[in-house]
Amino acid sequence: MLRFQNVGLRYGLGPEVLRDVNLHLAPGSFHFLTGPSGAGKSSLLKLMYLGLQPSRGNISMFNQDIATIDRAELPGLRRRVGVVFQNFRLLDHLSTLDNVALPLRIAGAKEGTVRDHVAELLSWVGLGNHLDVHPPTLSDGEKQRVAIARAVIGRPSLLLADEPTGSVDLEQGLRILHLFEQLNKIGTTVVIATHDRGLIKRFSHPVLKLERGKLKINRRAAPPASPASPENQPPENSGGQQDGPTS
Amino acid sequence: MARRRDLPLERDGTGRFLPWLIALMVYLACLALAGAIMLDEASGRWQSGLTGTMTAQIPAADSGKSDEHPATIAAVLDVLKNTPGIRDAQPLTTDSVIALIEPWLGKGNVASDLPIPVLIDIQLEENATFDTVALAIQLEQVAPGTRLDDHEIWITRMLRLSQTIGAVAMTIVILIGIAAAATVVFATRTGLAVHQGAIEVLHIIGARDTYIARQFQVRAMSLALRGGLLGLILATMTLALLAGIAGNLEGPLLPQLAVTPSLWGGLAALPLAAALIATLTARITVVRTLSRLP
Repeated sequence: MLRFQNVGLRYGLGPEVLRDVNLHLAPGSFHFLTGPSGAGKSSLLKLMYLGLQPSRGNISMFNQDIATIDRAELPGLRRRVGVVFQNFRLLDHLSTLDNVALPLRIAGAKEGTVRDHVAELLSWVGLGNHLDVHPPTLSDGEKQRVAIARAVIGRPSLLLADEPTGSVDLEQGLRILHLFEQLNKIGTTVVIATHDRGLIKRFSHPVLKLERGKLKINRRAAPPASPASPENQPPENSGGQQDGPTS
Repeated sequence: MARRRDLPLERDGTGRFLPWLIALMVYLACLALAGAIMLDEASGRWQSGLTGTMTAQIPAADSGKSDEHPATIAAVLDVLKNTPGIRDAQPLTTDSVIALIEPWLGKGNVASDLPIPVLIDIQLEENATFDTVALAIQLEQVAPGTRLDDHEIWITRMLRLSQTIGAVAMTIVILIGIAAAATVVFATRTGLAVHQGAIEVLHIIGARDTYIARQFQVRAMSLALRGGLLGLILATMTLALLAGIAGNLEGPLLPQLAVTPSLWGGLAALPLAAALIATLTARITVVRTLSRLP
């Protein structure tokens, strides 16, 4: 699914913000990504959604080497990745429906089916009566749900979420996590970056921890007693065959 | 295909100034092109009117009247009509010669004692070739002072002038095209900077560079077409005004400023050319800029 080998990243001539990252996300795995502010979580996610090129090392995604792949093929890979940005990054001039429909339209979906699919998903996240509303008039929690809907509308193979519960209360946060788990159960690989240790403890998924640019993996072999719900138990392949920490 | 505007391009500042700049450029290009086409058509008419003809000019008689030395005229006509290759030769009447002079001296201002030469209009057979120098010598013998003019020097100079002006006009049109492209590059880069955030989102979601470029090129085409049509309308009004003023002069040597089909075709193509330049420039600019993204 996604493999990092000795990946390093620096911006310009600055110091490396990620060093010797080795990682393998198996298909259908579910990981939390955590670490202190400035540890490189967002940078790691950018590498994962092909928003950046590594300064060194190798990244392969869906069995394709990113360094050698034809640039024209990258959009096809990106369409298989759903991203929930920390600050939502919704397009304010588009309605909620059009924001969520973007991945489908970019992928060339037939317009006749787009509206039905989007409306159904927005209803599921509780925004069924906000189809024609524009983001500036939405609350942060509503924006977050729109951003999540946009990330999952295309049934991505890999879902990356940067602080997806940062703007919602605990109940709504758990609801979002359950949505991610449901997607995970049907085969989507999920990586969620979050500061919320309390939220992480409610689930048994392995944790990728970034500290000073280096990645460590907490496999969390035994599921903790979680108030989340029995259905939040990780699927059998959750945890994947991640390579160990590399530092 | 971009079925709707994913980028709010109509809200940035580029839409305000680009149509006006394109209108100005198309207006100037229309005037330059119209000048070139009309001059080309006029020189074509002059050339076709003069090709196959020559003029013999017999100096005025001592009395100043052109028809007072019939013997000399008859001798010249006799030489001309017996020269192989000459189909016909007819002297112009005094009134016709005065009519030719009047545009310079003014109607009715030709003095009665002005020495007026006899002009003989010579019509050549098609593809006739003969020695004009020998003919001139022959005419000089029967009528001393007679000059033979085959218009070649005048036609050559006129064609050279016409071609030079045409080349200058086309250079101006090309330079205007380059300026228009540069303007579109600037506007497109501004748009890319203004909408950088939204473009990044589209890029990450999986939009191809051409998908994003298509939105810019459709916008650029629309603005350029709008500006181009405005420039064409203004240029047409200007040309109509000039044609009206030129018509009052009634100068036989002035090019006719009538809007001919070829002129119309050339002018109508300019807004389309502007739209095409804007479309291609916007596309190339966006694709090149986005190619720097990972």
